[in-house]
Order: sequence, then C-alpha cells, then structure tokens
Amino acid sequence: MTAFDVNNLPASEDEIDYSDIEAKYQVPFEEGFDNIIVVDKVPIVEESKKDKLFRTMRKIFRTAGVGEIKEGGISMPMDLNAETGKLASKGFLFIEMETAEQANLAVKQLNNHPMDRSHILAINRFTDIEKYSQLKEEYVDPEEEKFTEREHLRSWLTDSQARDQFVLHRGDEVSIYWNRKTEPPEEIHKRQYWTETYVQWSPLGTYLATFHRQGIALWGGPSWNKIIRFVHPGVKLIDFSPNERYLVTWSYEPITLNNGIPGSPFGMEDEGNQLIIWDVHFGALLRSFPSSTSPDDTSNKITWPMFKWSHNDKYFGRVTVGQQISIYETPGMGLVGKKSIKVEGVADFEWAPVSERDKEKDKSKDKHGDKKTREEIISFWTPEIGNQPARVTLMSIPSKEIIRTKNLFSVANCKLHWQSNGDFLCVKVDRHTKTKKSTFANLEIFRVREKDIPVEVIEVKDTVMAFAWEPKGERFVIITTNDPAYGQPSTTPKTSVVFYYLDKAKPVNGTQTVANFKLIKTLDKKTSNSIFWSPRGRHVILTTLRSQSTFDLEFWDLDFEGTAEQKEAARQDPGASLQLMSVQEHYNVTDIEWDPTGRYVITSSSMWRHSAENGYTIWDFKGTQLRRYLLDKFKQILWRPRPRSLLTNEQKKKVRRSLREYSKVFEEEDALAQTSVSKEQIAHRRRLMDEWNAWRKRVENELAEERELAGLPPIDTREDEGVEVIEEWVEEVVEETEEIVDE
Amino acid sequence: MRPILLQGHTRSLTQIKYNREGDLLFSSAKDHVVNVWFSHNGERLGTYNGHIGAVWTVDNITFFNSLSPSTCIAASKLLLSGSADNTAKLWDVRTGKCLHTWEFHTAVKRIAFSEDDTMALAVTEQQMGYQGAVAILKIDSVLETGEQDEPFVINPEPTKAVVAAWGYLNKYLIIGHKDGMISQYDWKTGQKLNSKHPHSDVITDLQMSPDRTYFVTSSKDKSAQLFESNTLNPLKKYVTDCPLISASITPIQDFIIVGGGQDAMQVAGTSRGKFECRFWHKILEEEVGRVKGHFGPINTIAVHPDGKSFSSGGEDGYIRVHHFDEDYFKFTYPEFQHIGA
Repeated sequence: MTAFDVNNLPASEDEIDYSDIEAKYQVPFEEGFDNIIVVDKVPIVEESKKDKLFRTMRKIFRTAGVGEIKEGGISMPMDLNAETGKLASKGFLFIEMETAEQANLAVKQLNNHPMDRSHILAINRFTDIEKYSQLKEEYVDPEEEKFTEREHLRSWLTDSQARDQFVLHRGDEVSIYWNRKTEPPEEIHKRQYWTETYVQWSPLGTYLATFHRQGIALWGGPSWNKIIRFVHPGVKLIDFSPNERYLVTWSYEPITLNNGIPGSPFGMEDEGNQLIIWDVHFGALLRSFPSSTSPDDTSNKITWPMFKWSHNDKYFGRVTVGQQISIYETPGMGLVGKKSIKVEGVADFEWAPVSERDKEKDKSKDKHGDKKTREEIISFWTPEIGNQPARVTLMSIPSKEIIRTKNLFSVANCKLHWQSNGDFLCVKVDRHTKTKKSTFANLEIFRVREKDIPVEVIEVKDTVMAFAWEPKGERFVIITTNDPAYGQPSTTPKTSVVFYYLDKAKPVNGTQTVANFKLIKTLDKKTSNSIFWSPRGRHVILTTLRSQSTFDLEFWDLDFEGTAEQKEAARQDPGASLQLMSVQEHYNVTDIEWDPTGRYVITSSSMWRHSAENGYTIWDFKGTQLRRYLLDKFKQILWRPRPRSLLTNEQKKKVRRSLREYSKVFEEEDALAQTSVSKEQIAHRRRLMDEWNAWRKRVENELAEERELAGLPPIDTREDEGVEVIEEWVEEVVEETEEIVDE
Repeated sequence: MRPILLQGHTRSLTQIKYNREGDLLFSSAKDHVVNVWFSHNGERLGTYNGHIGAVWTVDNITFFNSLSPSTCIAASKLLLSGSADNTAKLWDVRTGKCLHTWEFHTAVKRIAFSEDDTMALAVTEQQMGYQGAVAILKIDSVLETGEQDEPFVINPEPTKAVVAAWGYLNKYLIIGHKDGMISQYDWKTGQKLNSKHPHSDVITDLQMSPDRTYFVTSSKDKSAQLFESNTLNPLKKYVTDCPLISASITPIQDFIIVGGGQDAMQVAGTSRGKFECRFWHKILEEEVGRVKGHFGPINTIAVHPDGKSFSSGGEDGYIRVHHFDEDYFKFTYPEFQHIGA
C-alpha cells in the first residue's frame, strides 16, 4: 500500500485502492462448503437424460455405503451445445451431502470409481477445488532453512570416568543422574511434569522419550532440550527400531481427520489407523497401519511390540496369527516381494540377531558398494493342524527361501529364544503329559552357524518356567518346576535352576566329535522365578520376583576361579567354577536392571505395583549393596543404554593387555576423589554446625534481652536448688548363724 | 539399652510427659485413665480417675522459668488432662484429687500450660456443629477463687487446630492445623499474627525446645520440621518414609526423636509397619539411629528434661522407657571430636 499523500488524492471513489482492506477482511472460502463434493468425468448427457443420470448417481452413492444425497442436492451446469443446439451437460456435477463426514467418505470410497468402462469418476471436495485453483502456476523454490548445528547427542559417552546415566521417575518429577562409584548419584537435570505417563530410552540411549496426550517427544543432548516430537493423540505404547532410525507408536484412539489439530500430519489414508511408523531423524510420518491385522479380529489384546524389527532396521514385520507373516521394507514401507508370506496356522515369529562381527562385515561391504548383502533370517512356528505336525521353520529374507524345518509332535506351545549373536536358536517346546494335567518341556537347539543346521534335543522332565541365554555366550540357564502349585495365583512354587554349557570336546583320535550342550549344575529347592544375565555374560542374578513372601536375590559367577585348586577342578568338573557370590534380599522388589556395562545392578520397588517401601537399591555385580534409597512415590528407574563400542576387536585387545598401566591412573583418581569427598562433607557439616551455633547465639541474646525488659531473671540452664538426691541403702541378710565361742 | 516396659494401660497411649525434674512420667490413654510412674524404675505411683472418655492429652506444670515465682501455684504440683468426655481436669499431683473441671462442647484434644503456669490452653475438637477452637484457661484465678469465667476462645482459620503450644514469655500461641499449616496467634485478641504452610498433611505433634525459641513439628506427610518460634522460619527438615505421629527434641545431644507408623488399616497383611523411634541429627539432618520395640504405631514420644532417657507410648498400649547407654553421650561425628572435648 502506498503512503497516504494529501497532495495526490484519488479523483473519485472508484479510484481508491481498497485491495489492502479487502485482503484483510476476506471471508475464508472454505467455511460452510464442507459437505459439497465435485464429481468429474461424468458422462455428458442431454437434458432428457438428466433425471436418469441423477438416479444412477444416487444409486452409486447408496450402494457404496456413503449415505443419501441431499434432496435436490445434485446440480449439474448445462450449456448450449453449438453443434446440436441443445442443452448438454459439461461432464461434471456438484453434490451436496448431509454432513461433511459423508462428503469425506464419498471422496474416500468413490474417487476412481468406474461408472462404466469409459467413465471413471473423479471426486474432490469442493473446498479443495477452490484451493487448487488458487495455486500459483509458476514453481517457487521453498525457502531454504538455515542450518543450525545440533547438539552432540552422544555427549554422555565422552565422560572421562565412563560413568553411566539413569533416569529416575518419581511423583511428577523426572530426573537424570550420573551413577557414581562411591558417592551418591549426581543429579544432572530435573523437570517437573516432564511426562504424563512414563518415560523410555531409545535402544542406543540417544533419546529419552516422554509421553503426552498429544504425542511423543524426544529429548537429549547435554542441555536436555526437545529434539523432535511426533503428533499422535492418545499414544500409549512406543517401540524404536534397533538402530533408532524408526519409531512405532500405538494409540487406543483411531486417527480422526477432523480433530482440528493444527499441523496435523495425517492424511486421508491414515484415518482409523492406530499404529504409526515415523522417521526419527525428520519426524515424518512414513506409514500408518490398523491395529488389528484382520477386520474380524475383535479381541482387544495388544501384543507389544506389534512389529518386530530386523537388527539393521532394514525390515520389519508382524504376524497375523493363523494366516501370514507380513514383512515390510524400509524406507519404502512396502511389503517385501509385494505380498505377505502365507503360512497356515503360524503362531509367532522372531528375527535372528547377528553378532558384532557380522555387523562389522555388513558395514565394510556397504562401504565398498558391495551389492550382495547377507540375507536376514526369520524363524517361525506353526502348531499342529489336522494331520500335519507342528513345525519350526527358518526362512531367509528377502528371498523367502526356507533354510531348515523341523517337525514336532504333541506340542502344546512353543517359544523361540535366539542367542544374542544368532548362533543358536532354542525352541522351548511345551508338551502335555499323558494325563494332560501337567506339562514338560523339550529344548530343541538349532545350531544355525553349522552346516545343514543340526538340531540337538534336551529333554526336561518338568515344566520350564524361564529360559535365558548368556549374552554373546554359549551357556544358558533354565528354571524348572514340578510343584503342583505352579500357575496358581499368590503362591510361590518350589523350583530348580539348571545351568547348561556347550561342551566342545577336543577331537579324540583324530575324529571330530560334535559339540554338545551339557549340564553344569542343578540347584534344587529354590523359589527363584526370574533370570537376569549381566549384559557382558558370566554373572547372573536369580530372583524371586513379584511374589508376596520371598524377595531373595542370588548373585552367581559362572567363571569363578579363586584358587589354583579350583582352576584345576574346573577342568574336570564344569560345575566347580560356578560360585554363589552373595545372597541378598530387597523387600518388595518389582524390577531388576543391569547397567549397560555389567558393573552395577539396580533393584527397584515401584508404586505402580504396590505402595510399600518404594525406592531403589544399587548393587555391584558381586552383590554388595552400595546404596539404598527409600523414595516416596517412586515410579521408574532406567539405565541409559549405550551404543555399540566404536573400538575394533584389535583395539579392545590392546586395551585389555595394558589394563594394568591404565588402572594405575584411575586408582589414583579414585583415591583423590575419596579424600575430596570426605573433605567436602566435613566442610558441609561444619558449615551447618557454625550456622546453627550463630543462630542460637542470636536467639539466646534476644531472649535474654526480652526477659530483662520483662523484669525477669535470666534463665539458669540448670537450677539445682530443690533437687534432693535420695540414696537408698538396701540391706539384705543373706545368712544368719550363731556361734558360741568357747574360751 | 534395655527398655523398661510399662504395662498399665489397657488401650492405646495418647500422650506422655515427664515432670520438670524428670523423676515422674505421666501418661494418658484411651482407657479413660491418667497414670503416673517413677521414670527410673517404671513403678506405678498412682492413677487419676475421673474421666469417662478416652483421655487425649496430659500436661504437668513446667515451672521451669516461672514469670512470677511468688505465685501460690509454685508450692503445689498440678496436672492437667483433656478428654473425649468434653472436659479438661486439673489435678493435684500428690493426692490425685481433681481440683477443677472445665466443661466444653466437644472433646479436648490437646492441653498445655503456659511458661509461667498461670494459664493453659485447651484445643477442642470440631464436631457436632461446633467449630474447632483453642480456649485459654486461667489457672491462677481458678485456684484462688475456685471459679472460672467463661474461657477466652480463639477460632483458628482456615482449618481446625490439632496441636498448640505457648511461646516463651507467653508472647503468642503456636498452632498446628489439620491441613499442615502452622500459625502464630495473639492469645489476648485472638488475632492471627503469622502463618506458614510447610506440611502437606495433618500436623500430629508440636513440641517446644526447652527455652521455647524453636519447636519441632511432626506430620502425616512423613516429615518432621524445625522452626524458629518468633518468625516461623523453617530451620531444618527431616524426611522419613512413614507417617510421623510424634517428634521430640533431646537436650545434651543435638538430636530429634521421631516416631510413627502406618495405621493398621492401611498396612496390607505382610508389610512391616516401621514402628521404630528414629534418631536424627538435629543440625545435620541425617538419621543416626533407630530403636525398635513397639508392635503398633508410636503415638507419643517424650524426652527426660536432663536428656538421660526417653520414653515412647504406642498404639499397642505399652510405654517403653529407655535409659541411654554410655556411648550415646559420647557420640559425636569424628570431625567434631575436638570441639566436643
């Protein structure tokens, strides 16, 4: 707008430039036309056939389940045809529906609807047409956003003392702490109402996810600022892909489009879906899915995570129980091979994990542009159907070739346990006894790395309650029970704990013997029901979790070689190096978590389960209690995970060799810290004492002055007058004898 | 430290008090009786019978820093008690005779002599349409004339008073409220002078330091706090993991003794109730020790004026008298040893 100039007034009213005012008070066009749609590519008809066309239109809408078109709601512009001289339609018409929802539905259902062979309807919202017509013809480059450097998201790993962090959720407060060796944890960051329900770390520890009514927010970096957020109203569950590239969120509320959230990321195709896959780096919605896989599945049970990811974020999949496994590809989000894998009766599937070495190889291959990448492996099982026995199958992805199958008979249930390197797959097969009253188990161990994948079977006579592989190891622990009380609520059944190892017997007489899994030791008369391996292997905690009467924690070492004798004995008997290091108790313990380095363990008691003695205890790996905190309204404590080490195996070996040199430096640091701590503490205490004494002096003076003003004597701290000390002598005659002394 | 168990009450204890010399221990309980005991051996000296409801509170004249030594009360020994039978009674300690009875509309929950013993306050319950109140009783005029005018009444706001005590030189009253507030009232005019809201739940006990310049409060919000009497400024805070019902300040050593426990109704079957007396360092705010023994919540704690023993009264109906061991008096933090000596 040009500036107002007195000398150059417009001559008449018509000349006044109102454009700025008009722009300011322009009525938004969209309002009120939400229920109108535009139908294109309608056959061109003459006046006489108009009614017939309208009837057909109504019929199409009715049969599509969109709803009734408003009475007189169809209008079709006609024009005089120059050739025939008759009125003819222009090939489009306007339809007014009862509600905006119906209009939306019509667009969704009937867009691209083939009316006949040559007429495929194109339906748009009336308001959209308006929007499209206002688009500029010329392409304008979007303004480039200025690059702002992000914070270092892995800064916590550069801590000179290699300390670990954990997040503590208590009441409405969420705080991040450094775990320290000897001193109490150091608080780094604290926020009130940081989350509305709970918090969760991403699997490599880069982000802290908080839950809100509107969606998920991710936080991180040294300042703990918000990094990105994902709009998903009512979100309840989330799951990251293993490399943190993707995020899956689930909400119990299906997505609706007209909830009026500004900047809503949802489009037409997302409506009614409950699952969303996001790109964590850009915050973009990649694809949404309905919560249940089959439309007739009305059960409300949610198994989480719903999607299972391959280790490299490349594939993800979910199972439709009894029908198929659907494997999708990233980043395209399409089905691998454009269709799901049909497996009749399929119950569950798992991805095979891979070892660090394989990851390393994959990486170098990528670098060299090697196109031939290793195939991933999935394992799945199907129960008995009719005459067909139950079956465990290994399949490679994306080629969908079956590598190995094994038939199993009289199966009640199966559970697939992969060892963390993907070397072994243990299938725990539950079977009913003849009486069908109890179950017993077989462990079918697939040795995936060996040729033809041999399967070893270990028969267990009792019910197997828990199974756990040693991380990266060749040992496992199971907990078995034959207690008839098992499975009944509020009982603590008697259990046995059994340790197994892979016996790689040396070749005898030049013949290669096959390695077998053998028993290390059985511990009887236990109540333990849970197994917690240290992430580094070797150490394991056996506990009785969430029972009402027992709260024991047993810290075991599987490679204990205290003395030379024991070392010798271990060669003969594998059970000799198994050592119980400590037996502890944590009253009302609900959760146990190892720190990512296997140095510390936190046992905690959360108010989400009960309200008695909430808090947490930090132990070292040997089972020595380091610190114990009773915190009212304690909810959650989680170690911050660590990503894979960047050191190569050679570098690690080198560090291990010269450990003695390095440790000298650290020991000195520790000693220094120790003295400075106690110094600090002494100073703190002394300061408190001095403050108190100063305050007392002031108050006592005040009191003395006031007493003087009131004409009263100063207080004697102790006036002894009037106090009588009464000494009481008690004489007791022990014996009385009378002797007559003769002269 | 072997405690002496006093088993004279048939129901839960409500309050215990040492006399000024510390040789006697008075106890009130829900069994309608006030008892008096020899504190050194636990022998029962006598009872004060007359109440026909649970006795909620008891106080013995302090005569510690008497404002008017000449007053006639000095010669006699008096005891006050307040009960659920809507009365407060004044007793002669030696004879057990009831000297006077005040009648109220509601139960008397807390009673306390002023510093000079010429007056007393009585906290009355809010029930049956009557507002919770603090009444000022004139002890001296009752003794002289045998008659008492209508007591002056303060109605604390916004929630009812549950505990109260006199400031030094009778300057003001300190009142603890149901919602965790503490306030200062002028007892002559009934006006509020000052208030703070340090606790988030009901205040269960309020005990003065010997010279009344500071006091300790305990609360169901699981904490005890120390305040300066004149300003109500918070000095220290002791946070525990169970609801507290009583807190007391020890002479000689700089400790606070707190006690409490979950109500029986809230304790789920197997959970332990934490019925322990906990010792906190008054100045450093660190817990230094615990004394177990009761098998119900601890309702009241009192410390011998010399600081040589303490007693606790529990919901279980027992009083436990503890005489401190030698090492209690020797206790000090290593870094303060040279100061102590």
